[in-house]
Amino acid sequence: MSGGATSTKIVVAGGFGVGKTTLVRSVSEIPPLTTEAVMTEASLGVDDTSAVPAKTSTTVAMDFGRISLAPDLVLYLFGTPGQGRFWFMWDDLVRGAVGAVVLVDTRRLADSFPALDYFEGSGLPFVVAVNQFDDAPVYSAEAVRDSLAVPDHIPVLLCDVRQRSSTVEVLTALVVHALAEEPAAAPEMV
Amino acid sequence: MPGTTSGSSSHSSNSSNSSGGSGSRTGAGAGPLQGGPVRGRRSDTVRPGQGRSSRVRPYAITRGRTRFGRVLLVETLVSALNRPADPADRSLPELTAICDVCRGQMRSIAEISALLRIPLGVVKVLVSDLADQGRIRVHGADSVDGAELDGGDEVPGASKRDLLERVLGGLRKL
Ligand SMILES: Nc1nc2c(ncn2[C@@H]2O[C@H](COP(=O)(O)OP(=O)(O)OP(=O)(O)O)[C@@H](O)[C@H]2O)c(=O)[nH]1
Ligand SMILES: [Mg+2]
Repeated sequence: MSGGATSTKIVVAGGFGVGKTTLVRSVSEIPPLTTEAVMTEASLGVDDTSAVPAKTSTTVAMDFGRISLAPDLVLYLFGTPGQGRFWFMWDDLVRGAVGAVVLVDTRRLADSFPALDYFEGSGLPFVVAVNQFDDAPVYSAEAVRDSLAVPDHIPVLLCDVRQRSSTVEVLTALVVHALAEEPAAAPEMV
Repeated sequence: MPGTTSGSSSHSSNSSNSSGGSGSRTGAGAGPLQGGPVRGRRSDTVRPGQGRSSRVRPYAITRGRTRFGRVLLVETLVSALNRPADPADRSLPELTAICDVCRGQMRSIAEISALLRIPLGVVKVLVSDLADQGRIRVHGADSVDGAELDGGDEVPGASKRDLLERVLGGLRKL
């Protein structure tokens, strides 16, 4: 049942129109694909029901791309809707993820609050990436960090997700951060 | 059984981050962006991610998990094996379609869902059936019997670091 290939994923979250799909497209070796998850009551976590109206059946679309990092290693990037009401879906999506990128548009900072709240509470490593739109005022990463109350140990980067190199930089920063967060190997595992 | 570390512990071991002591820094720098909202650090904020490790979600135990214990995540890779279809499955053309799209190549659960336009949850169930029938191979890390039964599909300890190192190496070569 084991196989010769490993796959993993990074989740890209953020408000509407913040550039999630653009980020995925800039590095993916395939045009981004879209998948749908149908969320019904039965698929909601027992303790999530308070956060979701009763008897929901919602279709949530996610887009994703793929990067072959090695012949036997594939990285998937999942762009996911960033509203609080999709929290229940993130729980399932983030299982096994390397970490998450929370994309921020400085003109609409509040759109990133649900994603920040979620990932701070989840224990999943994440970085904050400020997508710099041409017509948006420019702020330093530190100014954004202060405004968003992002703890010091979490990287905040400025980026332009239309640029492949910029996206790679963000992903690299995330994995470096995830490694720093990962506890050293437990002795019994060696 | 060597692998006593489960995925759930990797969550709790990181959960101290959010309470880690940087709270005093708020407002020390440039302050709120011009005219923008300020996100406070409210300790009473409901954080849905918390307590996840202690959660028991029935669907996570049965659905999306093959009979032999593999968890099927959106990124899990599968490929078709040359095993004839069970005649009883003729009524489910989706099963054949799934085998067709991952014959000769590995596909993730998400790719199958996107290519065949079948919702993710349904793909997981169908792939699970196909794996049980020996028509599909599920790639990825070995499941240690029992180690995953508490929901720990995540790679524990040393192999998680290994994986991260490999991902980092791959990204740096892009
Ligand atoms: N100027 C500029 N435009 C950008 C940038 N990133 C994205 N855009 C544009 O912003 C628009 C929205 O980008 P998307 O990538 O579709 O955003 P999204 O987060 O996937 O949006 P939803 O899926 O609808 O929530 C598109 O027209 C992009 O071309 C950027 O860095 N700079
Ligand atoms: Mg999009």
